[in-house]
Amino acid sequence: MSGIVSYGAYVPIYKIETGEIASVWGADGSAWARNLNVYSKSVPGPDEDVITISVEATRQAMKRTNLNGDHIGAIYTGSESHPYAVKPTSTIVAEAISATPHLTAADYEFACKAGTAAIQTCLGMVGDKQIENGIAIGVDTSQGAPGDALEYSASAGGGALIIGKKNVIAEINHTTSYTTDTPDFWRREGQKYPRHGGRFTGKPAFFKHVMNCGMKTMEMAGSKPEDYKFIVTHQPNGKFPIRAAKSLGFTKEQFETGLLTPRIGNTYSGAIFLGLAAILDIAKPGDRILAVAYGSGAGSDGFDITVTDHITKIDRTETTEKMIEKMKIINYATYAKYRGKLNMGASK
Amino acid sequence: MRDVSIIGTGITKFGELWDKSLRQLGLETGLAAISDAEITSKDIDALYIGNMAAGSTLQQEHVSALIADYCGLTEQNIPATRVEAASASGGLALRQAYMAIAGGFIDIAVVGGAEKMTDVSDSESTYAISMGSDEQWESKAGATFTSLHAIIAQSHMNKYGTTREELSAISSKNHYHASMNPLAQFPFTLNIEVISNSGMVSSPLRMLDCAPNSDGAAAVVLCATEKAKRMNKKSIKIIGSGQASDTLSLHHRKELYKLPAIGIAAKRAFQSCNKKPKDLDLIEIHDNYTISEIIALEEIGIFKPGEAAKKSFEGETKLGGKIPVNTSGGLKARGHAPGATGIAQIIEIVQQLRGEAGNRQVKNAKIGMAENHGGTAATAVVHILEAE
Repeated sequence: MSGIVSYGAYVPIYKIETGEIASVWGADGSAWARNLNVYSKSVPGPDEDVITISVEATRQAMKRTNLNGDHIGAIYTGSESHPYAVKPTSTIVAEAISATPHLTAADYEFACKAGTAAIQTCLGMVGDKQIENGIAIGVDTSQGAPGDALEYSASAGGGALIIGKKNVIAEINHTTSYTTDTPDFWRREGQKYPRHGGRFTGKPAFFKHVMNCGMKTMEMAGSKPEDYKFIVTHQPNGKFPIRAAKSLGFTKEQFETGLLTPRIGNTYSGAIFLGLAAILDIAKPGDRILAVAYGSGAGSDGFDITVTDHITKIDRTETTEKMIEKMKIINYATYAKYRGKLNMGASK
Repeated sequence: MRDVSIIGTGITKFGELWDKSLRQLGLETGLAAISDAEITSKDIDALYIGNMAAGSTLQQEHVSALIADYCGLTEQNIPATRVEAASASGGLALRQAYMAIAGGFIDIAVVGGAEKMTDVSDSESTYAISMGSDEQWESKAGATFTSLHAIIAQSHMNKYGTTREELSAISSKNHYHASMNPLAQFPFTLNIEVISNSGMVSSPLRMLDCAPNSDGAAAVVLCATEKAKRMNKKSIKIIGSGQASDTLSLHHRKELYKLPAIGIAAKRAFQSCNKKPKDLDLIEIHDNYTISEIIALEEIGIFKPGEAAKKSFEGETKLGGKIPVNTSGGLKARGHAPGATGIAQIIEIVQQLRGEAGNRQVKNAKIGMAENHGGTAATAVVHILEAE
């Protein structure tokens, strides 16, 4: 059965605390942190973008296996913050892991679920024997306008999954999607910051899609919440995924491992990859995982996953948790500089 | 002048009605009211619509023709009129229909109120609401509607020693009433401690002092009482109606701890039916903020100036108390869809006087009042209804 052959994750080393952002805007930091259940968020360094994060995550995934670039037939990178409007991220990643030239590559965009759409594409190609292995990447360096609610959560990070049939560490038993035209969050061409529909992003958007997709995935798998060791969903803040998991019938023990947003913020396309990486870091053979991504606009991708014996044979010493523990706090001034929020005026 | 009665009602749940458009809401409630009145569209002489913000939130003006069209009333080229007076739009629309029937111009009118406030961002809806204040002196200078009411609240606290807990008790009581109203936006209870510790919006007003910006619609059918009797309609009579205005901007007023237009409109309504505050069995008050309910009760004469907060805290305005106020849950907990609010208040009184209010029924309710105001009460409309 097709599944995950390896995984990689990357979270920038910098983070800013919610209280620090709130203090700049004269807001109540503890109230914002409590209401969002986001206490700090990752910040990409000045030399980091979706490409560098994708390369870091993909290299870690490759390092865990004996594969080299020749074994990779496809790379798809999902993001809503690709550095280039025209010029793929995926080709640069392919060069960085020496997978060129005999592979196919493309960049995906579907808000926060572009990366999981890439997983589904790879599953199809691997299942159809068009390629031996494919790499699906989900990464973002998301933007929140200064002073907007998004600024408290929009962060950076992501992960990569190698999808194949040989030596899989976790089989993907079932996948399905739930897609509608729901305009809850968008950014037009040329706009620096996205816009959102406030509370409309909740019930008719995130919850409708995640709940329906999660239930449909379990229906296809003939499974119940108690059959799973872990659940990970998209996590735009620290509250939505908890409410969704509980509504689907899951408990704290099942969702807490993959819930990283309270500490690293919303990594958008990277969120489900990072949550899944944190789970795979500690998962044991036989553990079952329900993963449900969400992308505004809107859609959800669901995955029913079972960890195999092979997970014990890969190197799992570098964990997502260690990466998060190493993070360094920066102040708002440094954050503003790193994120290009300072207007230096027109050069003469 | 002829007597006027309400012979039918229709109302939606208030809240975030993202799957319904303004025209759908207007159609639903209009048809419900007509159905409740057991009349047909051919019986209707005129349509009045209360709406505050469709122009700024939906880019849709000419709402009267829109609703008439979607209610199927254009075939008979019915006169359709939109009335706008900020959050008093609904109550004022009712008053226009009332006067047209009382004056003998028409016999039957449908009066609707509808508003869509959640199809735009919070900042856009806040801006739309601020258009009910003085653009030149207030909103353009950055005064939000909440900050204007915060000034009123501070002034009332300074003058009478009104406390944080007393403000919270208003909100808590209205939530308690809403917990018995299946159409309320927030049908759950909240205790005083939670309200007192909710997020600060503009000192001293906290989030749970403030009514939401809601979607919703409500409609009633008004009929000349003599005709209603001939038609054997179960009806509730409008026995009093009063309206008053005040300076649009707050700083032009002598005292900030009063909302005089409410008192004057109430006085005019009482005079028109020869009733007094003590004759009322229940009141729906325009509690866009907790402080508004306190001051309105003082202006109407239910309590002496400076006593409403204390008496409310002691439970006199709670269901089962001396004079139940906002049994619907009020704007705070039933929801506040500006154009529809004034009509929703009337419907609550009608249901109470009909004895159809379920768990929140006020025992032996015979006479009820609805107080609806716009801006910082620059327009106030008061109606008194009596069971026949």
